[in-house]
Formats: sequence, C-alpha cells, structure tokens
Amino acid sequence: MSLLAAYDIGSSGLTAQAMRLNVTASNIANAESVSGPDGRPYRARQVEFSALMKPGSPGSGVAVRSIVESDAPLRMEYRPGHPKANAAGYVEMPNVNPVEEMVNMISASRSYQMNIEAMNVSRQLMLKTLDLGR
Amino acid sequence: MNAVPQYDSLMFGETALKLRTFRQQILSNNLANSDTPGFKARDIRFADVLKAQLEGNLPTTGVSMVTTHAGHIEGKNSKDDPRLLYRVPNQPSKDDNTVDSDVELSEFTKNSVFTEAALAFLGGTLSSRLSAIKGQPS
Repeated sequence: MSLLAAYDIGSSGLTAQAMRLNVTASNIANAESVSGPDGRPYRARQVEFSALMKPGSPGSGVAVRSIVESDAPLRMEYRPGHPKANAAGYVEMPNVNPVEEMVNMISASRSYQMNIEAMNVSRQLMLKTLDLGR
Repeated sequence: MNAVPQYDSLMFGETALKLRTFRQQILSNNLANSDTPGFKARDIRFADVLKAQLEGNLPTTGVSMVTTHAGHIEGKNSKDDPRLLYRVPNQPSKDDNTVDSDVELSEFTKNSVFTEAALAFLGGTLSSRLSAIKGQPS
C-alpha cells in the first residue's frame, strides 16, 4: 500500500534529520574542545544524505550514508598560557563555524517538521481509507 | 458522441485512489529528500497516467534502444518506472537538488485533498451499490 510506504518514507526522513541535528549539536558543544580522544582538536562533522532507491518503486526515502569530518583548517588562537600552546603561543582550536551550525540546525528542524506534516497527512488518509464503505 | 468517456465507476474510483496514494508516496519521497545533494524531484502527470491506466495502454518499460547489429548491446531501461517524470526546477541550487519544498508541500496538500475526494467518490459508489442490493426497507 502506497500510503504505508509514504509513512515509512516520512519516518526515514525523520531519522536522517534527527541524526543531522545530533551532529550539529555535537559540533556546537565541541566548538571549544582542543583535544578529543586522539589528543587532536575536534573537527566539525557533517552528515551526508543519500536517496534510497529500490527498483520498481518511486523511491523509498532518505538515509545518512556517512558522517564526514570537515578538512577546513583549524582555527589558531593566541593563548600563550595554554598547556596546548605551540612554541609561538598559538593553540589549535576546532574548525567549527557557529554560523554554519546554526543555519544547519534551522534547516534540519524545518525539514523535520515538514516530514512530520507529511506523515500526519498520510496517517489521516490511511484512517479515512479504513472507513471506506461504512 | 459523448465527450466524457464512460468507465465503470467502481473501477474508476479504485484506479484513481491507487494512483493518488502512489503520487502521495512520490511526493513524500521528494519531501524526505529535500536536503539530499543531487536528488532530482519526481512526479507523475496524473491525468495522463490515469487515462492510460483506465484504457489499459500503459507503457510497461521505459525508453529502449534499437539494435541494428548483432554486436549491439540491448539498451533497456527496465529499472525506472516509465510513469515517473522529473520536475523542472524553478531556480537552480548549488547541490544540484531540484526539490523546491514549497512546491512539493503545496502539491502534497493538493494531492491529499484529492485523495480524500477519491475516497468520498468511491465511498458514495459503494454505498449506492449496497443500497441497490439491499433494496428499500419495507
């Protein structure tokens, strides 16, 4: 049934956008983390979406294919007293761009809402279909 | 000559409803992929597909290539549904995604209203047939 498939597609969109929100939250939280588990500064992460396609179907939603780390240059901050400072007194800071993250977050939440809207409509139509012939 | 073609109303209602829910799936897929880089929004031409389905002359496979030599490889596009077309984007986007959320959402809402209409028509046909079977209560 196509409406059920539409519901599943909406749910795949929710999962993908929630993961994007998750990654954005992680980036914002770690905007000042000078060292991660590997001792290196945190690098901004980005989700990579890909469309799910099954042969013979108009499409089956969206999925996060991978989470990639940004290779933008790290921010250098002058903090001579910092334990991680180099010989010149600079500390390598994460390459998180707060403006980019905010935009990403707003975009993700809009897309999330849109998928919920689509799911709500599909649910109502499914219920109406069940009432057919009453 | 009757301008409106006559179809069995039950069959018409069923075909229309199936096609409406199919389109609902396509449009939800477009909405879900509104942030997927390179994704191309798709849609069907509802009136044409409905007509073709009712008349039973729906193309089963997509575009295929003619072979004129024994060494030619038969080029067949069997994976893609021939009913599905690509939406022409209003404005280009940097990531080659052609989903315009506003367009898709308005099409989605319109389609859901028409799905309800198809449900109402089908329900009306069913109930009038039922009353014809049962007859007037005496």
